[in-house]
Amino acid sequence: MAYAMQQLINGISLGMIYGLIAVGYTMVYGIIGMINFAHGDVFMIGAFIALITLLLLQMGGLMDGPAAILLVLLVSMVITALYGWSVERVAYRPLRGSFRLAPLISAIGISIVLQNYVQVSQGARPKPIENLLPGGIEVMRDGPFVVQFSYIQMLIIALTLGVLAAFTLLVTRTPLGRAMRACEQDRKMASLLGIDTDRTISLTFVIGAALAAVAGSMYLLRYGVIDFYIGFLAGVKAFTAAVLGGIGSLPGAVLGGLLIGLIETFWSAYFSVQYKDVAAFSILVLTLIFLPTGLLGRQEVEKV
Amino acid sequence: MTPAQALRDAALAAAVAFGLFAMLVGLRTDIGPAGGLILRSRWAEVALLCGIVFAGRLAITLWAGRRALRATTGPTPFTLALQRLGRFVAPVLLALALLLPALPGIGRYELDIGILVLTYVMLGWGLNIVVGLAGLLDLGYVAFYAIGAYSYALLAQYFGLSFWICLPLAGILAAFWGVLLGFPVLRLRGDYLAIVTLAFGEIIRVVLLNWTELTGGPNGISGIPRPSFFGLPFNMSGDPDSFAGFFGLEPSPSHRIIFLYYLIFGLALLTNWVTIRLRRQPLGRAWEALREDEIACRALGINITTTKLTAFALGAMFGGFAGAFFATRQAFISPESFTFIESAIILAIVVLGGLGSQVGVAIAALVMIGGFEVFRGLDEWRMLVFGGAMVVIMVLRPRGLVGTRTPSIALGRKRAISGDLVGEGHG
Repeated sequence: MAYAMQQLINGISLGMIYGLIAVGYTMVYGIIGMINFAHGDVFMIGAFIALITLLLLQMGGLMDGPAAILLVLLVSMVITALYGWSVERVAYRPLRGSFRLAPLISAIGISIVLQNYVQVSQGARPKPIENLLPGGIEVMRDGPFVVQFSYIQMLIIALTLGVLAAFTLLVTRTPLGRAMRACEQDRKMASLLGIDTDRTISLTFVIGAALAAVAGSMYLLRYGVIDFYIGFLAGVKAFTAAVLGGIGSLPGAVLGGLLIGLIETFWSAYFSVQYKDVAAFSILVLTLIFLPTGLLGRQEVEKV
Repeated sequence: MTPAQALRDAALAAAVAFGLFAMLVGLRTDIGPAGGLILRSRWAEVALLCGIVFAGRLAITLWAGRRALRATTGPTPFTLALQRLGRFVAPVLLALALLLPALPGIGRYELDIGILVLTYVMLGWGLNIVVGLAGLLDLGYVAFYAIGAYSYALLAQYFGLSFWICLPLAGILAAFWGVLLGFPVLRLRGDYLAIVTLAFGEIIRVVLLNWTELTGGPNGISGIPRPSFFGLPFNMSGDPDSFAGFFGLEPSPSHRIIFLYYLIFGLALLTNWVTIRLRRQPLGRAWEALREDEIACRALGINITTTKLTAFALGAMFGGFAGAFFATRQAFISPESFTFIESAIILAIVVLGGLGSQVGVAIAALVMIGGFEVFRGLDEWRMLVFGGAMVVIMVLRPRGLVGTRTPSIALGRKRAISGDLVGEGHG
């Protein structure tokens, strides 16, 4: 019981990270109908920017708790958003209206470029950091087994909920959000009604990248070690989450992320750690075959 | 755009570049003497990169402004020149490949590179059937390569079967898996299909990695038997039962290398021949039609499922052949050789070769694999160049460098149409 409780806490905090990345996938898919294959690597870039900012702060002797973490988050969000914007501008925008595999191939190219760019510029070795927020609160005790809810996990959950709330407000209450939803429904009509669709798409990438940066920073704080390859697996799993929740649906992405996080954690805890990635991949395959619209998605009609 | 505007635009691009590179290039994290991470600054590189972006952006805007003045609709002179050149490239390459072992100055090292390049040429041609002809983006192609390699290794290890029996078996098994994996997923749209094939590729690799009793797990399988010359082994003994003894040659270790070279050369040519022949048949035409517009295909009564499945199975079969060859050449295989990166390399070769062009794939493999093999030490830049080239090709010439279309039926004279001019529906 206590063991399951601990897994539940771990699963939810992992799922929040996946959910944040999945929102980026689902947003881009909703608006331009492409799978942004490089999104996982944007998440990795976010984690690296957070790491470097953290080290800069440490060198400057400015390491005191929450303020520092907030600063790290902000810097990471801004720079990663710049990456998201540049990627869209360089590799996706020229391909609007090109043949149907072109954007996806271009995205795969960008994913390879980002991974190897970080490998060349930062080295291939994993980068460990020490735990910034050690400790946590004891939730329950079962003999020698103590269920811990660490401060970092609390931070992840609180922060993710905060960011997602802000994001929901942005999508539902602001002119930009309205423009985004309009583009999602009908891009041509939106542009006829005076919406700058190119700008809206750019901003979608910027927001998606900023959310991925939050996820990347959280990942760095929670696991304490990153390398240039973390984006691949995290990206595939977050994509699975987006598909499971119903691609194009924002609440679906978060729900899918939570489910994937829980399934992965419980699978590793009770079945086998070696096959935990197989679990995520199998869910992806099964969802796409049997439930292609996902849990909260809507049916897509193919138009000629 | 006036020069002043162009300058401002370039300065803006350089500013963005500074934002991108300042942290990730300008500050490098390393493990310090105390065990923690330290930062090392490299501002010169950042300045260099920003300068390159500034100059590049300026050149592009000025050049694009001039080109817009003389926009044409026909095939560009560049394309025409490439086409004229293309007629000679294929025979020359073929002759070079055929004569390579006999050329002076070609030692064991050069032949090894030749074998490697030809392996990728074959894989590229195999994947070209799936991606280039049928338009199904397969990101897990390496899984079939792995299945071929493991089929041969396991059949040889457990049943003592020889290479020549296992080669067709490996191809059949890979094709079987291709059908098995393809069947449920071929209903999916193009980009979903890509992700699912990626997932399959990873599942196969993780299973190979963890099924230690059968596959040896991360240690792989070693001592895979070398191929024989139709039953005559290559060895140094000079017995009448060995290759050298039977033909009355001086025993030499290079015999096996030359044999392997011609083996993969033959396999690659087989792949190419099958593809070229199939392209002229209803099946091949159906593939290409499918790539252009799936809905139109369905409306015209083409059976989408079998068409896709045959492309998948044939591509997988050639991947399986290549895998069996890989296993016998290396004599050692492990899951390490079959990661996603490998799939990405093969896909990059097909894309750079210009989706669907046979010569293009061969040239891309030669340049990307052979080129980086020659310039050792640039290894870590290899994938950066691969990925960058994929993006550049997609942005500038999405139909490939040498892509042309020949109409099946024409009024009067048949003329090749440049790939630039062929629009495409969405399917």
